[in-house]
Amino acid sequence: MLDLTYETPKPKVIAGAKHDWELVIGMEVHAQVASQAKLFSGASTKFGAEPNSNVSFIDAAMPGMLPVINEYCIEQAVRTGLGLKAKINLTSAFDRKNYFYPDLPQGYQISQLYHPLVGEGEILVDMEPGIARLVRIERIHVEQDAGKSIHDMDPNMSFVDLNRTGVALMEIVSRPDIRGPEEAAAYIAKLRQILRYLGTCDGNMQNGNLRADVNVSVCLPGQYEKYQATQDFSHLGTRCEIKNMNSMRFIQQAIDYEARRQIAILEAGGKVDQETRLYDPDKGETRSMRSKEEAHDYRYFPCPDLLPLEIEQGWVDDIKASLPELPDQKKARFVTEFGLSEYDAGVLTAEVINADYFEKVAAGAGDGKLAANWVINELFGRLKKDDRDITDSPVDPDQLAGIIRLIKSDAISGKIAKDLFEIVYTEGGDPEKIVEDRGMKQVTDTDAIEAAVDEIIAANPAQVEKAKANPKLAGWFVGQVMKATGGKANPKAVNDLVASKLGL
Amino acid sequence: MSIDTETAAKVAKLARIKVEPEALPALAQEFNTILGFIEQLNEVDVEGVEPMTSVTPMRLKRRKDGVTDGDMQDKILSNAPDAREGFFAVPKVVE
Repeated sequence: MLDLTYETPKPKVIAGAKHDWELVIGMEVHAQVASQAKLFSGASTKFGAEPNSNVSFIDAAMPGMLPVINEYCIEQAVRTGLGLKAKINLTSAFDRKNYFYPDLPQGYQISQLYHPLVGEGEILVDMEPGIARLVRIERIHVEQDAGKSIHDMDPNMSFVDLNRTGVALMEIVSRPDIRGPEEAAAYIAKLRQILRYLGTCDGNMQNGNLRADVNVSVCLPGQYEKYQATQDFSHLGTRCEIKNMNSMRFIQQAIDYEARRQIAILEAGGKVDQETRLYDPDKGETRSMRSKEEAHDYRYFPCPDLLPLEIEQGWVDDIKASLPELPDQKKARFVTEFGLSEYDAGVLTAEVINADYFEKVAAGAGDGKLAANWVINELFGRLKKDDRDITDSPVDPDQLAGIIRLIKSDAISGKIAKDLFEIVYTEGGDPEKIVEDRGMKQVTDTDAIEAAVDEIIAANPAQVEKAKANPKLAGWFVGQVMKATGGKANPKAVNDLVASKLGL
Repeated sequence: MSIDTETAAKVAKLARIKVEPEALPALAQEFNTILGFIEQLNEVDVEGVEPMTSVTPMRLKRRKDGVTDGDMQDKILSNAPDAREGFFAVPKVVE
């Protein structure tokens, strides 16, 4: 497999009043499995349905109802694990995490504490070309989501919708290998990209299908290296967990605020309490969730309703064989196969749909670099202007490849190509035919260009004298010829002719 | 292991069971009796014995991913003391 080389980024340093501090961050990301039905019931997972309509008696925790696991959800979690180069545990088991909350009718969440489905893996978090952080994944386990409480529909009551109750989540737990707010956002972005490539989670953060709990602590420079050498957490500071964030911007703001809060406490001689906090984006601060602290005694025990989950190595191998090319491989291949810069390859591989589009254009045009330029600069730029997605691009890969072929064969100039692109974008049609029908072909016929050059020279004797004295003024003639030919003359041919006619 | 009245009070609170303070010593004593019984099991040597998770030689049953249930808002809400506009209405719980 191809791999790009990279260097590790410098950790973020925050200057305190007394000395410098470094950040240590670990993430727990909850990713909703892209399944039709829930983890243990046959109710739909569809977002935005009538309240309490996607609820079975199992989800509502009616007495006597028993959970039956959705095999597809397990497959998706295994696929995710394989995509993160993780160990798959052939035997895992479900546990009950007990707590009371109105949106959790069972009184417990079925999760996997002691024997998770997926073990250690890794994610390469790209910061900029050539700079990336390898973040270790500790585990991925499968669990049920809770319902949704709405607090603003009535002054005295909370409203509960159980539609989300029991939807399958993958909780992806990282090691504390993330070293700053930007890295945390980049981590989420990379994880989201991989999940979308794998098709195991749609990554829709707005709908809450991807949300993160962020563990933040601060330490003095040098301490983190001691932790990495020994894996002993006592070298690190006390952490606080910021719960349930579904915006990359808020994640960064919350980490920054939280780190500064902890630094202020420590520099004043105080002690950071390990606790759960909530970020308030309106106030830009984190605050303690005291109620959560009391409930922290979850009294986990093996779920008596479910046997251990045993899967076969052959099944895992089949899933592995069906994995798509993942972002890191694709990016590396684009760099080596098409000679693209790592930056351009990164842009094109951000979404698999963009990468597929580009590859079709590159194949049709027979030129990867030119294809990359046109896809990134012209197509993406134009789509962005219209707030459109590549899925409803008016220009398909064949058309764009056609335009690029016309440039490559010198049939049209780069400038005309942009006009042609605009015509294809707004009116559609076959680029080659448009060029033919509208006479957009570049004039490479030397006789025709020569005639135009002669005409301009004959009409402007004064300019000719000036140009002979100062060869830089030849550009004026080139401009006049281009104008006279409607921009269709081959610029190089015009340059050469003007120079020889003026005797420069 | 010994359960004091404080632990008994905590367990009652976590289980959302109201226990009057004067009943706590008796409750703690009951816990201790139960734990004492369970302690006896520790005397059994289980070295090398795999935990038995089921008495039947069964594999965990699985279902296919398909929507086969739900779409019965009225039934789901029928036992709720208070329901409005399709939601369960509960006393305000807010962070």
